[in-house]
Amino acid sequence: MTTKTGIEVSVAIGEAVRLANADVVAAYPITPQTHIVEHLAELVADGDLAAEYIPVESEHSAMSACLGAAAVGARTFTATAGQGLELMHEVLYVASSMRLPIVMAVANRALSSPISIWGDHSDAMAVRDTGWIQIFTENGQEVIDTVLCAFRIAEDQRVLLPVMFHLDGFHLTHMVEPITFPEKSKVDQFIPPNEYPLPLDPNKPVTMGGFGPPPIYTEVKWAQEIKLREAKEVILQVWQEFGDTFGRYYSPLEGYRSEGSRVLLLTMGSFSETAMAAIDKMKGDGKDVGLINLRLWRPFPFAEIRQAVKDAEVLIVLDRALSFGGPGGPVCSEIRSALYQQERKPKVIGFVGGLGGRDISVAGFEEIVSRGIEISETGSSQEFEIFGVRE
Amino acid sequence: MEKYTVYSPKSITKLMTEEEQLAPGHRACIGCGEALAVRLACKALGNSVIIVNATGCMEVVSSQLPYTSWRVPWIHTLFENTAAVASGIEAGLKIMTKKGKRLPSDVTVVAMAGDGGTSDIGLQALSGALERGHDFIYICLDNEAYMNTGIQRSSATPYGASTTTSPAGKVSIGQITWKKNMPAIAAAHDIPYVATACPSYPFDLMTKVSKAAAIKGPAYLHILSVCPTGWRCPTELTIRIGRLATQTGVFPLYEVEHGKYKLNVDPPKLKLVSDYLKLQGRFRHLSEDAINEIQQRVNEEYAKLKEQVSLKLGSIALAGKDCGV
Repeated sequence: MTTKTGIEVSVAIGEAVRLANADVVAAYPITPQTHIVEHLAELVADGDLAAEYIPVESEHSAMSACLGAAAVGARTFTATAGQGLELMHEVLYVASSMRLPIVMAVANRALSSPISIWGDHSDAMAVRDTGWIQIFTENGQEVIDTVLCAFRIAEDQRVLLPVMFHLDGFHLTHMVEPITFPEKSKVDQFIPPNEYPLPLDPNKPVTMGGFGPPPIYTEVKWAQEIKLREAKEVILQVWQEFGDTFGRYYSPLEGYRSEGSRVLLLTMGSFSETAMAAIDKMKGDGKDVGLINLRLWRPFPFAEIRQAVKDAEVLIVLDRALSFGGPGGPVCSEIRSALYQQERKPKVIGFVGGLGGRDISVAGFEEIVSRGIEISETGSSQEFEIFGVRE
Repeated sequence: MEKYTVYSPKSITKLMTEEEQLAPGHRACIGCGEALAVRLACKALGNSVIIVNATGCMEVVSSQLPYTSWRVPWIHTLFENTAAVASGIEAGLKIMTKKGKRLPSDVTVVAMAGDGGTSDIGLQALSGALERGHDFIYICLDNEAYMNTGIQRSSATPYGASTTTSPAGKVSIGQITWKKNMPAIAAAHDIPYVATACPSYPFDLMTKVSKAAAIKGPAYLHILSVCPTGWRCPTELTIRIGRLATQTGVFPLYEVEHGKYKLNVDPPKLKLVSDYLKLQGRFRHLSEDAINEIQQRVNEEYAKLKEQVSLKLGSIALAGKDCGV
């Protein structure tokens, strides 16, 4: 019997990592990730999680220690945010390129300067191309379920890639939400022991991380790209099995009252919940608008996106990150590119908003949709518009 | 140490294993002191070891895909994070042994990096790992500049040396700073074992590696690695120059065991520093005044070290006892 518990989402992540029997946690504290690693440290200190907690001296070393732990076959977890993720940047490439199945929570935070501890997706977008599987989460329950699925996906012998999942700093990390924790025995069945195929082991010496001259580098990178793309199949299988076991099903993206809608709004992360409320209100007002919540960011779900928006006339994309001097927010620009060759496609209108922790309310989403529809009819002199800026 | 100055072949007495963990055929330059140091260190370590290598000469010469020179498990990831990767390996092995996920066996975790990877870019990660007390050995292979990228100065480059980024010029002596004292920095972490070594004294080096492996907790070894390419010296002089570094007091061989300093080679009279400098092209521009300045500094540093060695630990009365704390 499982019951809902009111618990802070960050603390719940610690509980999920405990359920998943992590072996090593290496972490450096940074707001708004702190409650996650504090709870993990508590669990280890109380003997409730049999793991080594490495209190490293930086995020660069956090991810580096994770490389080492994963390379000897330990189940490895870390968490970070904003500047911390940026400091890890070069190490992230190594984790994916060396096929080390590390799981990381990112409490999304804006990037300096000016320094901001509050949320947006600038940190996530800056590590878009690091070769990690990336999943955006919408609410506390989804975060917890994603922790469990992440270990299962990362350690799958067909995948062996690191997984980072994003949850909005403060908007999600610091919320107390009703969460159902799966039974330990079922989790143990769902996540089998980590059998890393070629760990560092004196009984069977391997060389990891040799240097790649021009005749080899391209092949290595292409093999990595193929593995990341193929990982999607496994992600879908794991989500299916998770649903069959625990009753909650996930997919690369999901529509909310989107079927047959002329206008679609696309959001990611916790803002999708507010956007749903806005959709309900607009539907009530007789507006023909629905919502797409994009969950799987890497590998990018091309087919699902194309299918989900093909019958719409207008697709309004909200990015919580700026691509300075570029074509718009990173999400909008990828979706435009995914649709460009399609025969049937909606007009794609880009907005950037919710930067550095600024909230977007139900009324805000209504405004975005109205302005988006207006731009689709009259055009705009800008590549994208920024929402709610004071000029 | 003096008894080890002559190589003893196996037929007389087997002082050294013939097993090679670093296979021949690697791409190190002729006369590379670093490759020799690693080879000797590996012989002392044996096979139950995991080596973490920083980016640098050793990584480049031994790991070009699809080949490897390593007969023991070896991992390279980045330049500055070697000590952090070693931390993760040590923690991973520890918990998995505890949980029965792997057979309990004594595996020595060894991190290796050059002087740049240690005293410059990797210093923070090293300090963190030493402070946390991981059970591992950190070996700094000090060839006194960024040799892999073409002889650029590091904080371990000695005063007066001409490198490509500290060139001797009309108004510059070359390197204008004194070599960073990395072993002292390591010792300041109060770790159980710190030592300096040089492959010119092979048995001293191997003894120290074995000792470091046996000690629980972090051990730091600083190995001077003569680099004919970067030091502009004849390749056949590697061993001699290494010995001169010690015999002149430029690079003394010592240990700091639980805070206690011990000189391993203590010649009755130090040779002149100029004997060491004059064999190396990187110092050839130095004036007599500059050489005297270096001689002066070496004398002072050596005297300081001797003072450390003569200190008796535990001779200071504990304040707490007298104060009734």
